[in-house]
Amino acid sequence: MTDQLTGQAPGREVGRARTRKEDARLVTGQTTWTDNLTAPGLLHVAILRSPLAHARIERVDVRSALEREGVVGAFSGADLAEGLGSLPCAWQVTEDMVLPEHPALAVDEVRHVGDPVAVVVARDRYTAADALEDVLVDYEPLPPVLDLEAALADDAPLVHADKGTNRCYTWPLVSGDYAAARAAADVVVRRRHHQQRLIPNAMEPRASMAVPVPATGEYTLYSSTQIPHIVRVMMALTTGIPEQKLRVVAPDVGGGFGSKLQVYGEDAIALTLARRLGQPVKWTESRSESYQAQHHGRGQIQDVELAATRDGRLLGMKVDLLADMGAYLMIITPGTPLLGAFMYPGIYKMDAYDFHCTGVFTTRTPTDAYRGAGRPEATFAIERTMDELAAELGLDPLELRRRNWIRHEEFPFTTVAGLTYDSGDYAAATDRALALFGYDDLRAEQRARHENLDPVRLGIGISTYTEMCGLAPSRILGSLRYAAGGWEAAMIRMLPTGKVEVITGTSPHGQGHVTAWSQITADALGVPFEDVEVMHGDTRVAPQGMDTYGSRSLVIGGIAVHEAALKVVAKARKVAAHLLEASEDDLEFADGAFSVRGSPEARKTIQEVAFAVFAAHDLPEGMEPTLNAEHLLDPDNFSYPHGTHLCAVEVDTETGKVAIRSYVCVDDVGRVVNPMIVEGQVHGGVAQGIAQALYEEAVYDDAGNLVSGTMADYLVPAAPDLPDLVTDRTETPATSNPLGVKGVGEAGTIASTPAVVNAVMDALRPLGVRDIRMPCTPERVWRAVKEATAAASAAADAAGKEGPS
Amino acid sequence: MAQNPMRDDPTPPPALARTSAARIAVNVDGVAHLDEVEPRLLLVHYLRDRLGRTGTPIGCDTGNCGACTVDLDGMSVKSCQVLAVQADGRRVTTIQGLAGPDGAWHPLQRAFHEQHALQCGYCTPGMIMAARDLLKDNPDPTPEEVRDALEGNLCRCTGYQNIVRAVLAAAAELRREGAPEPRGKAAGAPRASGQEAPA
Repeated sequence: MTDQLTGQAPGREVGRARTRKEDARLVTGQTTWTDNLTAPGLLHVAILRSPLAHARIERVDVRSALEREGVVGAFSGADLAEGLGSLPCAWQVTEDMVLPEHPALAVDEVRHVGDPVAVVVARDRYTAADALEDVLVDYEPLPPVLDLEAALADDAPLVHADKGTNRCYTWPLVSGDYAAARAAADVVVRRRHHQQRLIPNAMEPRASMAVPVPATGEYTLYSSTQIPHIVRVMMALTTGIPEQKLRVVAPDVGGGFGSKLQVYGEDAIALTLARRLGQPVKWTESRSESYQAQHHGRGQIQDVELAATRDGRLLGMKVDLLADMGAYLMIITPGTPLLGAFMYPGIYKMDAYDFHCTGVFTTRTPTDAYRGAGRPEATFAIERTMDELAAELGLDPLELRRRNWIRHEEFPFTTVAGLTYDSGDYAAATDRALALFGYDDLRAEQRARHENLDPVRLGIGISTYTEMCGLAPSRILGSLRYAAGGWEAAMIRMLPTGKVEVITGTSPHGQGHVTAWSQITADALGVPFEDVEVMHGDTRVAPQGMDTYGSRSLVIGGIAVHEAALKVVAKARKVAAHLLEASEDDLEFADGAFSVRGSPEARKTIQEVAFAVFAAHDLPEGMEPTLNAEHLLDPDNFSYPHGTHLCAVEVDTETGKVAIRSYVCVDDVGRVVNPMIVEGQVHGGVAQGIAQALYEEAVYDDAGNLVSGTMADYLVPAAPDLPDLVTDRTETPATSNPLGVKGVGEAGTIASTPAVVNAVMDALRPLGVRDIRMPCTPERVWRAVKEATAAASAAADAAGKEGPS
Repeated sequence: MAQNPMRDDPTPPPALARTSAARIAVNVDGVAHLDEVEPRLLLVHYLRDRLGRTGTPIGCDTGNCGACTVDLDGMSVKSCQVLAVQADGRRVTTIQGLAGPDGAWHPLQRAFHEQHALQCGYCTPGMIMAARDLLKDNPDPTPEEVRDALEGNLCRCTGYQNIVRAVLAAAAELRREGAPEPRGKAAGAPRASGQEAPA
């Protein structure tokens, strides 16, 4: 097979389902999770958190805690405030965005259950936990703020009284004339969708260990983070520790899904305590603590309007979004819903688009990026509403999509939201999915069950998604007022023995970068896969990086590795030409060796060149004795994976239970480096999307307590709760990078939620059910069916009374 | 499925004062240990913090996630739901004791690697220990039986599909190898570590 983009044969490694280098340590327990680490004299930190959603702190008294044997220190927020700045928000989305203070430890007021108020440091973790009970806090309760609409009323109680409003910002994106489109439309479908709050639930809770060298003022922070480089910059700014004195290490990190794309107060607290006490300290989060203290995802109300002609041509879309910020703005809290702003039009052509998002403060845990970050919400809104429009028009939902999607020959295509999709083939992915799914047979069965009044109904859900990932071109981030860039760094060190070290600025926590970057490097350098070692996640080892999130690692970081390797080859070519006494232009490079065109016996392997450079006895004039190369890559465009997901559900109308009968996903993520890893990303992504559709919700009561506050109360799906997926791919190479690759980390999550809910609605729409809020639990489904059938029989009764008279 | 072996014990453990240390003799991955522990010390903290057996991680505080699953006298348990004192006189096998004396991986470890049944790997030790328990009872499970047996072990990365695939592959390999390993046998020769307990 030749590459569709370059016409060249693919490499020996890229495209192979290599099993992962990462696994050996992980399957044998030889791991370095942050909580596994220790240091001489290590002290343990426990954090006291607010039990109230909103209260003034009248008094924090830590004296009795200090009297407990084994307790080394105990501090209130006021005690630690000196030298500790507000936690950062890197995304001032509008000029007038309200940006409240966010102390790592609350000083005057707590604003969500779990807001930290005091810390205890002790010789062991049990003593530290015990001593929390000795800390006395007097609270004066304040009213909770929980309802997004009520929070915007003039007389609403305020989360941040000094700001005078709960409105954080309103951000518009307007393209074309929506009013004109609406006026010209035959049909306008308007729906409200609720994106419930989700808790990311990476399996490893967080931990932070700060190790000081008091004599020199140096610090090492070990943190279970996705973003060690960003944490280093932000901790330097927050704690005042000079950046050059601060090393940040992300050791083995047990998943993230966005929850560890954050600059958390606990990192700042650990560094501050290490500085105060001159001893290493470690804080390890419990899962229940994590539920209150790690940021949540989603949390939006979406008012969506689609305007179309009678024959199903989309004219325009209007979106009004209320986004729950929670109590504070964390690293990209305000920007997260806006990452979806560009995706509401999805894969469809239309003339006008009108988007407004209002961020609202509430007395809940802050929200921020969770797998997909804005794009799952957008994709849900368009794909759910397309099904509603299809029902309104009496069209097959697939046919409605076909009439509106961008055709393969129309790429590159600039959408109504202003993005330029580089490549895609929506029809090919859909055709493949339909073939695997057995669409027509399932439709026939659905009709039969409906006619037989079968209590178990069948529903078919469709999601033809795309998404923007590979965050991101720095100039676009700048235009969106994000504080940093979106480049990525890679370095390749060619060792004297011909082995290779790759240093990447990405920070994997399950994605398999070590394996994938080895494959890319092996192809570019012509060295064995086994000869490549990949290093990451330590600012001393990998000094530059923008880390891992937003499905960016391969399309930016992986391409940076590829480009750095090409630079190594270019340097080696000069040396080889010198050693072979040939012109560079006469050299061919294949399978890791340079040979002179026409005389193949005149040959130098890249390993021979590496040793010659190390020896440095005979180098080209002016050449430094190194083949090492570095590449910093700033992408030109986002990456736009797409695909078609089809879901068939059986809905038991008597119990409300939804069972996924079959699920087919055909994803187009461009050229694939490692199909095994890609399939794994799709599996896990789809699982999290199904979880939003059917199982998960962060539930708060009227007082602002997190009711689903433990893993026993929040339904992370287990093995019996999820189906086997049928996965396949189409391959339309990206034109935005030399390998033709696209991101895959979030695609499954983005695609799957609307596929499942559309299937549930497809099963129940004939019964008169108009909508079910996520998660579609048995109780909600059962109630929706009951209400619809009651309404139908009432209508029939009314009709009966009127009828015969 | 992971179970608390003390669940059926009619007499709950006596409430002990926090300061009174208990003496326990525990064999962990073939090494005998004699230790003084607080009666409230969880087995998982004993393994991790006292013995440095950090291959067994902690994922929750409610017994839901199963990441800390270990083998206690031939039965898989969630080691955050067992006190160290309850392991007194017993044998514990963790993920770090699964490989053979020659370092050869257990068929489950191999299958998890080959079937890409892990991504971040945090749930993997518990998942493998729970699967090992299943295969002792049921050497030839159906995919549904594997899913049901692993209900007490959560994974956030894989969607479980490849985990099921890996367990079925390991089951097939164990059946080919013949007799599955007997219950309660700990791998590896004892090594001196801390105080030696009587055998």
